[in-house]
Amino acid sequence: MSELTLERGLAAFRAEVDGPVAAFFSSCVHCGICAQACPFYLETGDAKYTPILKLEPLRRVWENDFTLWGKIKGLFGLNHKVTDEMLAEWEELLYDSCSMCGRCSMVCPVGNDLALMIRKSREGMVQAGHAPEGLIAASVRAIQTGSPMGLQWKTLAVQIQHVQTSSGLEVPVDKEGAEYLVLLSSMEIINFPEYLEAITKIFDHAGVTWTLSTQCFEATNAGIQIGNKDIAAQLVERVVAAAEKLKVPKVISPECGHAFTAIRWEGPNLIGRPYPFRVFHIIEVLDELRAAGRIKTEGMETDRLSMHDPCNLARKSGVIQQQRNLMNLVAENFVELKEHGKFQWCCGAGGGVSSNERAEPLKMAAFKRKKAQIEEVNPERMVTMCATCRTQLEEGLEEFNMEIPVVGLTEMIAEHLVEKN
Amino acid sequence: MSGSMEFLLWTKGPMFDIAIAIFAIGLLVRITEIFMLGRKKNFAEARAGEWGPGFRTMFTRTVADPGTFQRAPFNVVVGWVWHIGFLMALLLFLPHIALIESLTGLSWPALPNPVISLVTSVTLVALIATLVHRMTHPVKRRISTVEDYLVWAVVFAVVLTGWLAYYRLVNPYPLVLGMHILSAEIMLILLPFTKLTHIFTTFIARWYNGAAFGRKGVQS
Ligand code: SF4
Ligand code: SF4
Repeated sequence: MSELTLERGLAAFRAEVDGPVAAFFSSCVHCGICAQACPFYLETGDAKYTPILKLEPLRRVWENDFTLWGKIKGLFGLNHKVTDEMLAEWEELLYDSCSMCGRCSMVCPVGNDLALMIRKSREGMVQAGHAPEGLIAASVRAIQTGSPMGLQWKTLAVQIQHVQTSSGLEVPVDKEGAEYLVLLSSMEIINFPEYLEAITKIFDHAGVTWTLSTQCFEATNAGIQIGNKDIAAQLVERVVAAAEKLKVPKVISPECGHAFTAIRWEGPNLIGRPYPFRVFHIIEVLDELRAAGRIKTEGMETDRLSMHDPCNLARKSGVIQQQRNLMNLVAENFVELKEHGKFQWCCGAGGGVSSNERAEPLKMAAFKRKKAQIEEVNPERMVTMCATCRTQLEEGLEEFNMEIPVVGLTEMIAEHLVEKN
Repeated sequence: MSGSMEFLLWTKGPMFDIAIAIFAIGLLVRITEIFMLGRKKNFAEARAGEWGPGFRTMFTRTVADPGTFQRAPFNVVVGWVWHIGFLMALLLFLPHIALIESLTGLSWPALPNPVISLVTSVTLVALIATLVHRMTHPVKRRISTVEDYLVWAVVFAVVLTGWLAYYRLVNPYPLVLGMHILSAEIMLILLPFTKLTHIFTTFIARWYNGAAFGRKGVQS
């Protein structure tokens, strides 16, 4: 990579200013309501974590370079410039203390989409050389090995073997013409191998044709988390190439919220063209199969279950009802957290926070909001559908000595399938 | 007396024209800047259209969601009270309606004067409350700029002078009326260059927000 400088950073910030950004900054009345939506502010009480404050560099670029008034102020030296020191200070605000959960975007009274602007600001931060080490390392690994965690196909191959032995079913690999190309996330492969076995069973049960691709199995996009369009586009192209090669009409994003928004909503814009296939989150696919009567279940979970909606899946992608339909299929004692669906609270680990080691204390602080929500309904187990959320819930609950196991929804469905004879 | 009369006539004449001109041109530039920037084409397959959700958010954002209301009731309620009070005094006070009618030909019924004066008093109290809140709440203190206090002062001056004129608490009357008109003109002049722009741009911002979430299947 050529040298990262303030100039490059400012150019990248400028490239992100568009009509919505101008409308948002023109409208902010400094009411501070956005802070009331942000787990990082609420759980630390530190006003520097107010969402609109995190956007000050982008705001200055907009005012100085995109408004007549700002240019006039500039002539008299009355404008506030973005400096390298400022960006160094803002690195913590734009990365460590923001999971891009999008909750602030839902509550700002003038309608500012703050999370969108955080995403945009990160593009400038990367070019200015102010991105966190942890995310840089993940991006480099993603480009070099295909996985942000450096995981290789041979690790997955071992897991496939295990699944085939324990389920007695074939895990299809590189099957041309299958209906679905299944993507996974490294986090899931490492922490939750149960997922692969679960979909193998469910798809066999429902008679769905699917395949993995040796060419590309990773669904997450480290380029989006750090905020680098070039890296992000390269990673998306790999998925597109794999899907095109296997001629699949549909691609499934795994139990990972970030991967879904990355491939579903940002991907086509990163590569500048629509996909020749459609993209679904696994939960959408399962609910479609349920609605079509292709999933037959037996028995119900009887303990008190509650559910965590991943931000990226619910608020940022509109998958809200599907997981509830699936819960009702197999759980008879399901209680909602008080604020859920599009108004759910972030687990604290998204938006690259969990890949950024130094953000650990903030990540745990933000989790306290989720913890309080869980305590309110006091479930025996939590269900979710994102490997990052699940890891964070497990670690967080353990940290606070709360004995509440966390399960993946896909696995839970797989456990209730009617046996074929 | 004659000095104050001249002052009043100046605020109603040349100053009024200047204020309207700066306001109109400034706002036009501001809105043009926004629309000229536009948005990039979106290639992701949409779940739903943008227009419906965009328009809905333009209205629904006026009311806070229940959770936010519980977490920041003071902020929400006081904000509501003074905005509504300001709008009622602006749009339902007989002399204001007469002014609007002389400019546009449109008119509507006014509220009785005692009601307006009560509304104005409540607005003044609410405005003071927002100032105290801004100076004491850690978040608001931290994000506030000189502009926030300047805009507050101008808005407060508009309401206060109106209230003083109504009760004829300043003599001579043309002086206080002139001060009221002048402060309203200052507000108009500042509007395109400060956060007062939100009076217009909030609807654009809300539309963009509603559209972005709406195409992904979420009503924001
Ligand atoms: S809630 Fe919206 S208007 Fe209020 S300070 Fe935050 S961004 Fe600005
Ligand atoms: S997106 Fe979420 S974490 Fe980031 S500033 Fe907004 S509320 Fe806070």
